[in-house]
Formats: sequence, structure tokens, C-alpha cells
Amino acid sequence: MIDNHILAPIFVQLFTAILQLMFWRKTLTQRYLSVGGSLIGLMVAFRLFGRVQESGILTLNSANWDAPFGIVFVADTLSVTLVLLTSIACFAVSIFSSVGLSRQRMLYGYFPIFHFLIMGLHGAFLTGDIFNLYVYFEVIIISSFVLMTLGGRKAQLEGAVKYMAMNILASMFFLTGIGILYGITGSLNMADLALKIQEVQNKTLVGITSCFFIIGFGIKSAVFPLYYWLPSSYHTPPSAVAATFGGLLTKVGIYAMLRVFSLIFIPDDFIRTLLMVIAVLTIVTGALGALIKTNIRRLFSYLIVCHIGFMVGGIAMFSKVALMGAVFYLIHDIMVKTNMFLIAGLIRQLGGTMDMNKLGGLYRDYPKISLLIALVLFSLVGIPPLSGFWPKIFLFQEAFTQEQYFYAAALILGSFVTLYVIANMWAQVFWKNPPEGTTTENLFAPMPPYRKILMVLPIGLMAVATLYIGLNAEAIVKIADVISTQLIDPTAYIEAVLGNKTD
Amino acid sequence: MKSAILQTATRYLLPILLLFSVFLLLRGHYHPGGGFVGGLVASIAFVLHSFANGTENTMKILRYKPLSLLPIGLAISTAAVTLPLLLDLPPMTGLWLEEPIPVIGMIGSSLFFDLGVYLVVIGVVLTILFTIALND
Repeated sequence: MIDNHILAPIFVQLFTAILQLMFWRKTLTQRYLSVGGSLIGLMVAFRLFGRVQESGILTLNSANWDAPFGIVFVADTLSVTLVLLTSIACFAVSIFSSVGLSRQRMLYGYFPIFHFLIMGLHGAFLTGDIFNLYVYFEVIIISSFVLMTLGGRKAQLEGAVKYMAMNILASMFFLTGIGILYGITGSLNMADLALKIQEVQNKTLVGITSCFFIIGFGIKSAVFPLYYWLPSSYHTPPSAVAATFGGLLTKVGIYAMLRVFSLIFIPDDFIRTLLMVIAVLTIVTGALGALIKTNIRRLFSYLIVCHIGFMVGGIAMFSKVALMGAVFYLIHDIMVKTNMFLIAGLIRQLGGTMDMNKLGGLYRDYPKISLLIALVLFSLVGIPPLSGFWPKIFLFQEAFTQEQYFYAAALILGSFVTLYVIANMWAQVFWKNPPEGTTTENLFAPMPPYRKILMVLPIGLMAVATLYIGLNAEAIVKIADVISTQLIDPTAYIEAVLGNKTD
Repeated sequence: MKSAILQTATRYLLPILLLFSVFLLLRGHYHPGGGFVGGLVASIAFVLHSFANGTENTMKILRYKPLSLLPIGLAISTAAVTLPLLLDLPPMTGLWLEEPIPVIGMIGSSLFFDLGVYLVVIGVVLTILFTIALND
């Protein structure tokens, strides 16, 4: 079905950013605009989600050029689910950053760039054209460079250089892959590519091209052995920025992998084995890295890497159940990881540092906030009724069906290490008394009450979303079921894009 | 750089280059040119002026900060992109007036898109160059 309003989430973010540019250096107005724009964006995303649930896959031929010649935007269930999750995260982060950021950063355009970044994310999820996907990746990385370097501290610049070098490399691989793909098929529309790639005689060339995409998306989503830029850069920017990055940016890589490998390069045995090896090693190295870190945000960065492996493994097994697991984990992961970094920001406000050895006694001083945080931490670990538990059932089930015992072992290892490091963090930061002799600098207590509320509210909001995912898992399983059916059998997607020529 | 020849030449070159940039902007839809190139030529005109007369003097004839062109340009472009939505057409569809306008020719929404690009390019290029020039 053609619907001209698919791009609404993108336009809402774009308008917000432009309005904020008009109020350059008026940080208070920018804050109101940011929260207001995110709220409108959230409502628009809800509406789009509802429409896709109602009437199936929606498409839009931009500039009225028919597919496959023009750029087509496609809203299938996977896209709109991710747009909705991004909008929720955007709303929470925008509230958090209105109180959790220094005025200096706001003066140099934090808010407009943040909304350009969210616009890029929405665009990447909604586009049906592979070159357009690349363009939105560029929008995302350019905005993220700015967000990462705003403030200009030495540690930040050091992290940003690593981040920038690796991401530009990823873009080059991605672009080269697109170039070869265009050379052998003569098309850039993903649905059209899905049909044309099957007619290509030279299967080896197709296989090699798919490796370019694996490397490109692999760097973006931080898999072994290309992940090292992530832990060495994500702990440097302010927590609001790290929340956007940690929760959303690596997941775009996973989204792109899901899309490209379900639609264009259907994984053969070689690709499956390759992805599986990558997944197992990613989980193991991420888990080992998390074990030895004492800085909370570095710890969370390694957990991101570890859990990316879970999803890559789901893609590697490429069956309906495995994809359901991967998609469900993606949904859970976006909510929880964004919240984890917001929590890291809150802990910094409460204790003045992010070093676990120097923190302590937060449960004694702030029992209510601690319980809220505990809820999120339990969801991350996957204590049964909460959200991290359900996707793992699917992944385990499929790992045993396909006799992928290494992956099953890695899943168990990853889950236990997550449990261990989070329990350790809980004991260190919340239960133990603050170490002797260190004076903790509490930035939270002297804040006026409304600022305190605005700081805890986004964490509560995201926690409620996580709780919903966990306790109402049936609804999410249904959505994941629809998504995985569409991914395994892309005929509906292809028909929606190519079958609606206006004749 | 104080040079009487350059200063005198710039006095005549500035309007000519600006006119040329508008010419590039207008012919850009079907021929080589367009908002990006036009914007670069227009900013070169101002850069030349700042070489001859100093950056402070160029800032004075500009009156507003080049950065303030960014939101205006972006707003014009976005308006051109979203305008077709009001007529229930997909975004970015070209809308054209029926009759050509003398001198300018056919006017369509893509011209306004290019105009937005033109302003954004001037804003970005001048902001970057003036920031570097004033830091010395």
C-alpha cells in the first residue's frame, strides 16, 4: 500500500532540528523544543506502528518515481518497531539531557545535532534503497562525530579519533560493497536486488560482495575482531550521548545485517559458519572484557559487545525461531542499553565518579532510586519474568535444534558473566559502604526538586517500557513472529515495493 | 594582505561573482550548475573580499553571522521537500508553475530546494573559513 506519510517521523526530527538552529544559543528554548519534538515524534511513531499493524507493509515512492527507479521508503513491521523504540529512547534521552548536560555543550549545538542523529536513525530504518541506507549511515556517523567531540576534552578527542577511523573504514567497505553490487546487478533498490541477485551466474562474486557487507556492518555493530573501538570510545562522551550511542548506534548495524542478509544475500553454509564463529568469539571476548573493568561505563561497553554476539548468532542460525530470538533480543536490548547508560549518568551525579571502587552506599542513601535501577539491571541479566529472559529461550531452543553447541555454551557463558558483573556492580556500588577516606562529591542532593525528577523520570519511563516488554512478552513475541516471518519469506516485502506500479 | 590592485578589483568582482552564482543557481536544474556550485562561487566572492579588506570588514558588509543562513536554508529546502504532501503527493515530487517567468524561466519546487542548498553552502563555507581566519 502506498502511504505518503511514512516519512513523518523523519520530518518531525528534521523540523525540530531546524527550529532549534533558529534558536541558536538560547538553550532553554532548545530544551523545550527538544522534549516537545521528541514527544510529537513518539506519537507519530505510535501512529505509524498502528497503521502498519492494521494494513500491512506500507511504501512511499519519493518524488513520485516508481520503484525500482526512484528511492523507495518501506515501512514493514521490523522498520516501524525499530522506529518506535528509537522514538521512545529519543524521548527519554532528550528529557535526561535537558538536565544532565553542561550548558557549554548545549551552547555549541548539542540538541540540533542530536535530532539530526535521530533523523538519520529513522531514515536508515525506513529506507528501501541500499544506497540511501548508506547515506543515512553517513548522516548518523557525521552527527555522532560531533556529539562525541563536543566539549573537546583530551580523552574525548582520543576516543573520537578511534571511533572516526573505524567508522569511516566501515563506510568505505559498505560503499565498495554497494558499488560491486550495482556493477553486477544494475540496481540499488533492495527488493529489486533480491530478485536480480538470484539471476547472477557468478556466485563467487556474490559471496565476496557479501563479505564486504559483513565487514562494514560488523565494524558498525562492534563484533569480534572489529569491536575494540567501542569500549575505548563510549566511556568518554557525556552519559546522555553515550546512551544514544550505546542503545541505538550498534543496533543499526544489526538492523542492516538483518535486512541485507534476509533480503539480498540469503546466508549459505559458509556465511552461516562465518557469522557463527564471529558471534561466539564476540560473546566470549565481550564477556571477558566486562569481567575486569571497574569503570561502570567501560563495563557496560563490553556488555554491549557481548550481547551483540547473541543477536549475530541468531542471524547466523537463520531460521524462524532463531530470528524471533534475535529480533526480540534487539527490542529488549535497545530499551535496556539506553537505560543503562542513563543510569551510569545518574550514578555519576549521585556519587561523583564512575569508578566502582570509589562508589558505595547508594542503596542506603537512595533506596527508591536503587530499586528502580535494580529492575533494569535484572532485566539486562534476564531474571525470568523480565525482558532479557524470553529471547534467550528462542536462541537456546534453536541452538540445540541446529546442534550449535559452541553457541549454546557461549550463550550460557555470556549470561553468567553478565549476571556476575552486574551482581558485583550492585554489591560494590549499592550495598557496600563507601570506602574509607574518600569524600564522595554528591551533585544530586543540591539540585532543585524538579531537576531531580527530570533526571529520574526518563530512567523510570524506560524501565516501564522494559517491564512491559518482559511482563507482556506475548505481545512482543507476536510482533517478533510477524517480523521473522517477513524476514524468512521476503515475497510480501518485494511485492509491496515492486507490485504497486501505478498503472 | 593590503594591495590596492586587489582591493579595487574586488570592488567590481564581488557583484559579478554574486551575479554569476545566481546564474549558476538558476540554470542548475537541467544544465551544469545548481545550488551547491552556486553557493561555493558566492562564498568565494566573500572570501576574496576578506583577502583584500580583512575578515572584519567582510563581516561588516555581511551584517549577519553566516551561521544564521543555515536554519533559513534548511527551512527553505525542507519546505520544498514537504510541500507536495499538502497536495497528497509523495515528498520531493517536483511541482511546477504552468507559465514560465521572464528571465528566470520555469519555476518549480526544486528551485527552492536548490535555493536552500545555496544558502546552506554559503553559511557553512563562510563559517568554517572565517573561524579559521579569525583564530590567527
